[in-house]
Amino acid sequence: MHYTNPTACSGASEDVLTHNVLPLLHEIRHALGKWLESGDPTVIDLRAIPMAPGEEDELLARLGSGEIHARLSALGDSEIVETAYPGAWLVTHRNTAGEIIGKYIEVCDIPQILKAPQEDVRAGLQRLQTQLG
Amino acid sequence: MTEIEFLLWVRGPAFEGATVIFVLGVAFRLLEILMLGRKANLAEARGSAMLGGLRTIATRSFPDATTHKRSAFTHTVGYIFHIGFFVTLLLFAPHILVVEKAFGVSWPALPTPVVDATAVVTMIALIAVLWHRLKDPVLRFLSNFQDYFAWFLTILPVFTGYIAFHRVGMSPPTLIAIHILSIELLMVVFPFTKLMHAFTLFMARWYNGAIAGYKGVNS
Amino acid sequence: MARDKTLGEVLRERGISRRGFLKFCAATASLMALPPSTVPAIAAALEKARRPSVIWLSFQECTGCTESLTRAHSTTIEQLIFDTISLDYHHTLQAASGTGAEDARESAMQENWGEYLLVVDGSIPTANPGYSTIAGISNVDMLRETAAGAAAIVSVGSCAAFGGIPQAKPNPTGAVSVSELITDKPIINVPGCPPIPVVITGVLTQFLAFGLPELDHLSRPMAFYGTSIHDRCYRRPFYDRGQFAETFDDEGAKKGWCLYKLGCKGPTTYNACATTKWNEGTSFPIESGHPCLGCSEPDFWDAGGFYQALSIPTGDLPRAAAYGVGGGLLAGAAMGALNRVRKNRAVQAHEKVTIDDLEKERKP
Repeated sequence: MHYTNPTACSGASEDVLTHNVLPLLHEIRHALGKWLESGDPTVIDLRAIPMAPGEEDELLARLGSGEIHARLSALGDSEIVETAYPGAWLVTHRNTAGEIIGKYIEVCDIPQILKAPQEDVRAGLQRLQTQLG
Repeated sequence: MTEIEFLLWVRGPAFEGATVIFVLGVAFRLLEILMLGRKANLAEARGSAMLGGLRTIATRSFPDATTHKRSAFTHTVGYIFHIGFFVTLLLFAPHILVVEKAFGVSWPALPTPVVDATAVVTMIALIAVLWHRLKDPVLRFLSNFQDYFAWFLTILPVFTGYIAFHRVGMSPPTLIAIHILSIELLMVVFPFTKLMHAFTLFMARWYNGAIAGYKGVNS
Repeated sequence: MARDKTLGEVLRERGISRRGFLKFCAATASLMALPPSTVPAIAAALEKARRPSVIWLSFQECTGCTESLTRAHSTTIEQLIFDTISLDYHHTLQAASGTGAEDARESAMQENWGEYLLVVDGSIPTANPGYSTIAGISNVDMLRETAAGAAAIVSVGSCAAFGGIPQAKPNPTGAVSVSELITDKPIINVPGCPPIPVVITGVLTQFLAFGLPELDHLSRPMAFYGTSIHDRCYRRPFYDRGQFAETFDDEGAKKGWCLYKLGCKGPTTYNACATTKWNEGTSFPIESGHPCLGCSEPDFWDAGGFYQALSIPTGDLPRAAAYGVGGGLLAGAAMGALNRVRKNRAVQAHEKVTIDDLEKERKP
């Protein structure tokens, strides 16, 4: 059974731990192995996995942070952070109101969203041509 | 009819109707019995009829050793399912709310997991007594449709309540509706079957004890 | 009105980059509880989706559903998509336009006959067509007329989906739901009083990308109404243990215990409140300490009271018992008297007691 997170304002005094942190870390471990072997990326939707208060913080603390910290501004800010384990990225999407609309762990060489999409490049090329006359 | 409409009907007019029939039936049967009257005892009283009656109501709950030996199975397992049935019925929080709505009184409930386990024990005991009734040649010979139907009416609420709580088998609103419907079935049939013993046992025990008490003897 | 641009083209025109669009598709997959691997499929489908003409009719309603939807704190892409698809007719938002709005509706219908999406909020009064009219046209007529050329109908809110509060006892206006009047078109019910805003936009987005979604027996999209509140409630461990709040401010309430005794209809209510929650995932009634009203179910106003627990029968039990006692005493007295007469007659006639008298049960 999945429980959604009891928040602080509910005042629940008894913690309902989901014990999902360790299995998640193992899933990341398997995904890193898979990527090395076959080059297949893995995306894990963190909001689809129930976690009690404190558990998500524990997960992120154990993943730590690495060498890259990128910010994407498109319909709100998104953060793409490489964890302490290269190849395992934490991607957080926010909308223009700053609300989180997506949170993922992506295991790959670089998250798709960082790469410049063809149509954006084409549109940018047109703008540059216009600017240069 | 959608399942929600079915549930609302079961909780509403169906329960009202079942209540009318149940109360009417019980009042009818009890009055019928009372109006039979009692034979006048022209001898002088040598003891208290009332005290004898009250005493017997209590003592008949604990049969003597010989009676127990003769029907140990029925006695023991019968007690188990009766007690289990009343615990499940009267010590489960949602049921106590019904009593509170109907009679204005309430009492503390048992923890839900305890009631859950009791329901299981009750169902096992009920199946055991049915098995015994079928296996014992005398009991089987004596048993008729009403005996088996009364058994069915008793186990149905326990079983449907159990699956409704655990939400297995059908969609939850339908499970809850069927559970309440099984209670309503029990209510409308109850006064016209041997289940009336729930009320008449007090009258029967009292009368037996009163006769003896009037004569000044123990019963 | 040009209807041949795809959603992808429209978004690009508005300056939304591909990255922004992909962010939205990822969020949509998350909302519909689809795995991240479906994002490319969602992106492809939405990219190609044609802007459907949408006509929004508001009937006998409180406008809460429109409010719920148009309450925009900022421009999110859901709002954008919604703006993009619902420009043709919304009589409340276009009220100032008067007959011009009606002309817009009629021409949108003509141009897109058989293809437009009809969105309805509010119930339809049938006791007297005059109870609710728009520009002199009764709701019944307008609904029938507009539904005739619609590809599908989305009934937003419990009033359009099930009749809602106008249909509650004694239903003075003869209010009915959309599905009680229209039986020959696909109808998607999006109930709730109001529905969660992101569920409304989610259903419309889902329809845009994938067509008619999977529906339950009450025509509600399974993606949002497939599980009950009870089965996703974070207070469920308290229910299972039997720890209930007895009043709104007692120790149990403060500790966040189960609200069953306070009338919570969570066990029989299907909606996304416990997972998707309200106000962009902030909270939902139970989390704020109030029992679920069951507002996405039919007849929730007449379900016995918001503060009466589910196990309690809703009828007038004391009155029923009184009738029972009265009837029983009468019948019992009559039967008793009859028995007496029979007995006396038997004594007079010196009748003997036979085995048949004792074994009454075995008599045919």
